[in-house]
Order: sequence, then C-alpha cells, then structure tokens
Amino acid sequence: MDAHHQEPFDEVDGARVIPIRPDAADPSPPPPSPRDRNPVEHALASGLSFLRRRLTGDYEVDEFGFDPDLNASVLLPAFRALYEHWFRVELLGLENVPAKGGALIVANHSGTVPLDGIMLSVATHDHLDRPLRLLGADLVYQVPVLAHLARKAGHTLACPSDAARLLAKDELVGVFPEGFKGIGKPYGDRYKLQRFGRGGFVETALRADVPIIPCAIVGAEEIYPKIADLKPLARLLGLPYFPITPTFPLLGAAGLVPLPSKWLIRFGEPMPLADYGPEAADDPMTVFNLTDHVREVVQQMLYETLLRRGHPFL
Amino acid sequence: MPSTAARVVLVTGVSRFLGARVANTLQADPGIERVIGVDTVPPTTSLGRTEFVRVDIRTPGIARVISSAGVDTVVHLSLVTGQAGPRAKAKELNVIGTMQLLAACQRSPDMRKLVVRSSAAVYGSSPRDPAVFTEEDEAVEAPAHGFAKDTAEVEGYVRGLTRRRSDLTVSVLRFANFLGPGVDSPLTRYLAMPVVPTVLGFDPRLQFLHTDDGVEVLRRMTVEDHPGRFNVAGDGVLLLSQALRRAGRPYVPVPAQSIAAFGELGRRFGGMPAFSPELLRWLMHGRVLDTSRLAAELSWRPKYGSEEAFADHVSGRGRGVLLDRLASVIGRD
Repeated sequence: MDAHHQEPFDEVDGARVIPIRPDAADPSPPPPSPRDRNPVEHALASGLSFLRRRLTGDYEVDEFGFDPDLNASVLLPAFRALYEHWFRVELLGLENVPAKGGALIVANHSGTVPLDGIMLSVATHDHLDRPLRLLGADLVYQVPVLAHLARKAGHTLACPSDAARLLAKDELVGVFPEGFKGIGKPYGDRYKLQRFGRGGFVETALRADVPIIPCAIVGAEEIYPKIADLKPLARLLGLPYFPITPTFPLLGAAGLVPLPSKWLIRFGEPMPLADYGPEAADDPMTVFNLTDHVREVVQQMLYETLLRRGHPFL
Repeated sequence: MPSTAARVVLVTGVSRFLGARVANTLQADPGIERVIGVDTVPPTTSLGRTEFVRVDIRTPGIARVISSAGVDTVVHLSLVTGQAGPRAKAKELNVIGTMQLLAACQRSPDMRKLVVRSSAAVYGSSPRDPAVFTEEDEAVEAPAHGFAKDTAEVEGYVRGLTRRRSDLTVSVLRFANFLGPGVDSPLTRYLAMPVVPTVLGFDPRLQFLHTDDGVEVLRRMTVEDHPGRFNVAGDGVLLLSQALRRAGRPYVPVPAQSIAAFGELGRRFGGMPAFSPELLRWLMHGRVLDTSRLAAELSWRPKYGSEEAFADHVSGRGRGVLLDRLASVIGRD
C-alpha cells in the first residue's frame, strides 16, 4: 500500500506532485468489483478505507500542508450542505476561470466570518475540479485548530513569496485584497468595496504573469450583519473587531448560525497582464492604476450581480 | 595544483555522530592528504586515518593546530543543539568556540575554505512566516534564545570572516532536522517518548534530512567549491500527526500552555527531553525549506526524502502495536 510513496520527486522545487484525488490513483488492488455490492456497503467500505488511510498516515501533503484527501473527504463536505441548501449558491461566469494554469481570483470580502472564502473553495472544487488556494491573514495561523485546518484545506499566508510559489505551480490562487477592512465593515456599508490593500496582489500577478480574474460574491454581507463593534473587547482578545449582530451575542450560540441569505458568485472575464510584462511590478504607478482598475471592475460586477439577485433571502 | 583543492582538512566536533561520519567519509578520499579531527572528548568510535587532536575550540589551542598542520579547509560541525547539559555551556561552546575558530582561520595564510554546519533554526518558526523559506528569507521574529540564536550569531561571525577574508570559499549549510539510525537529538528523544505530546490545535509541517544525505552534502562542499548559503533538507513534507501515525507512535494533543510543564516533569522524573521554547514553537508552526538552490548548485537530490528519512529512522525502533492492529482490522474490506 506504500507503493505510491516511492515515486521519484520530479519537481525541481522540492514539491511533490499531488494527485487531486489520491484515492483514485491508489495502486492497491481494487476491492472485488464495487458495482456488485449495494451502495450502503460501498459507502461503508470507502469510509473505512478513508479511516484506515488517516490512521496509518497513508496520505500526502504538499509543502504548504495541503491535504487533498482530508479536504475532499471531510473539510469540504462539512460546508457543502451550507453551500447547497442554506446559501443556495449560484455560480455565474464559470467559463471565465481557466481550467488549468495559474490564475489569481480577486474577490470582495464580507460577512464578519470568512465563510465567503470557504464557499468560494467549495465552488471551485465542485464545479471546476480545481482546488482554491486562498491567501489568508496571519491571524488565521495563530489560532489553534484553525491554523492547521486552513493549511490542510490548501490555504496559506498572504505574503508575496507564498503567492508567487503557488502561482509558479500553476495553482488557482484566491485573494481578498480588502482584508479585515472588508470582512469587518458595518452592515450599513455593505457591497461598498474598501481600499484594495497596497496592490500587492497586482505585483504578484505581474511577476508571475498570470491573469487576474475579478470575482464578485453577493450574499455574504447578510449572513452576520454587523451592527456594532465592541472595540475594547476585541483589543482584549487580540481580534481585529468583536461583532454585534442582531442575533449575536443576544441569542448566545444560536446567534452563531448564519442568516440564510441567497448567494451569487460571479467570475468576471480574465484580465491578462502579459502586455505589461513582469518589470511593470516595479513601477508603482502601473501597479496603482491596475489595482484601481481591478477594484472598479469588481465593484461594478457587485452592483450588477446584486440587482440580479433581488431579495437578499429568497 | 589548484589552489582550492582540499589537502589538509580539519573537522570540528569529530567525537560526535555527524563529525565522525564526515571524517570517515573524507579520509576515504585519496585527494585529501590529512584529516584532522578535533573535539573536547576523545572519539568513541575508530576514526581510521583521521588524526585526533584533543583541543577545545574555545581556546587559542585551535589556532596552533591550524597553523602547525597547515590546514587549508575547516569543516565546522561542532554546533550543539544543547539540552543535554546546561544551556550556558552549550552557548559558550557554540558561539565562543566558533569565534575562536574563525579568528584562527582568519590568521592562517594556508586557509582556503570553510564549511559551516548551520541550521534551519535560523529562520525561526512563527505564524507570520512564509510557508517555505528560501536562503534570502529572514526570520520574521528573530530567534531570541536557545540554539536558534546561537546559529544566527554563528552565521553573523561567519559573514564577518567572509568580509575580511574575501579569498576564502565559505559554504554555510542550513540543515533541516537530522534523522536516521543512530542520530541522537532533542527531536529524536522527543519522538522516542512513550506517548508523544503534540500541541493541541496545531499540526506543523516538518522536513527531515537523512544523515547519509547530510554527510554527502558536507563531503561535496569540502572537496568542491560551492560558496554561499544553502538550505539542506529531504524532499517532501510531513505533518507531525502524519509522521507519528506512520510510525505507529501514540500521541496525545496537549494545550501549549501545559506542554512546557508536562515536558518539565518528564525531564525531571523520566529523563525525557525538556521542551525548549524553540522546540515548542517548531511543534506549533513547523518550518519548510526551499532546497532548489542546493539542487541546482550540486546537480543532486537527496537520496532520502523527508518521508524516507523518517521511515528509516523509525524502522529500527519498531512500530506501535495498537495502531497497527486497529488499522488492519478496519482495513479488511
């Protein structure tokens, strides 16, 4: 069963080639024709074989700690119900995301809790068959449990070297340039894009020579409407904000259930940056202009998609 | 005669595992006339034609050895990860020893080459670090104590020497954690604990280097000219939980605050390793090195990946029975 661990390491940067579905490539002898069994037995068998792989450590992670087996079998299914039945996510412009090769998805960030990132990764996994590699704040990697689950789900720290490394491996990278300013903005400011960081994402895309794919996520703003912010408590806990929503902390744990808003995720046309060339990354004026341009495109897409959605909860 | 070919090689820390292995490999090279091994304690294993000189590199005695033997290549391997003895002694050995050695190197007109065993510990471990370190990256949070600080200081002194003696070929090797049969380090003692405590809520990405590969890199650096800083690690990455599962070692997640106390009890009553703050940070955030510069420079890949190095290390120790049995029961389909 360890046969596929002995594969030669054929990438120069020391990274392992990870099959998207390692269980499909498992060279262990297949069980006697699973079609002969009933579905329950089959599900049980695959569940047990997953459990055996977990217990014996028989799975691969890449240099970022991405564990495709765990991600596809445990982490994503946990959120798929939320994606399909609670938020009823609808995807638009899926054809704009390239089927292979590096690309940088630039999306708006909202919702107090970063469920938009998780929903976006369910979308690319289920409908594009590509894992999404998000670039997250360092806060994520300081919090126990969240730190390693984020890495196992394929995400990493938002820093230029990690982003460049992922794009060089032809991964689909997602970034929320607004950061905490976006996700923690009050409900009254919903669907108003905040400042797009310092344009680091444009520099990264220019250097890696990958297209930027603007993305508008509509629906995340309503899941936890932040009506107030307990700043002293946030400072005490080392958080960027401590949200008060209509249900939290009023209803206690029940207030943690997100409101069932209707979601639309729209991918815009890829913005190729090849004309600028990698040296444009060192020209701050070009970077600022491109950053502003991407921001305007995402804002425009947001307004259009918002109109198309209609009622936030229906 | 090429001026940089190693003729007389001095190996520090020769009585310890890595030093002895490197000395044994170098003496098999007919191009090297003499291999001189120095350490503070006599070697436990036979060193063959390596000449052993008992000298403390913290004393000027080392300068006399270097000048009288006409040493042209110094392989500095005596950095200790400590924990075995008091911390102050380890620091003295690492930092003062290196200073004294480098001072002697700077003086000697015969010196051509310096190979320094450094450690990936210079990069530290923190949640704000990039996922993969290249040689150009610096620690976001500079190591403030322990072995990591020693290595950072040692590298600083080596840079100083490189500046003052620009004719020297200086190679600094930042090794990932060594594993393999016979290796004894804080990590191997940690892995050998009957129940391995891990930090609750964290699962670090780790890399290991097999000693065979480490010795081969040191040999190549000694007999060939490869100036610069290089990361050295096995290919691939293991998560701590994954490594322990593969080894069949039982582990228990413990909150970070209590793990230090837990480790202290183990050290005091069970002869187990103490949890230094840097080991604890490493067990939380891990560390991965980009080894492409070394691969390009030597046109060589380590024979053992991180995973194989780990497997080779634990194969001599026997797997736990319980997990094996559990896995075989549910694996029967």
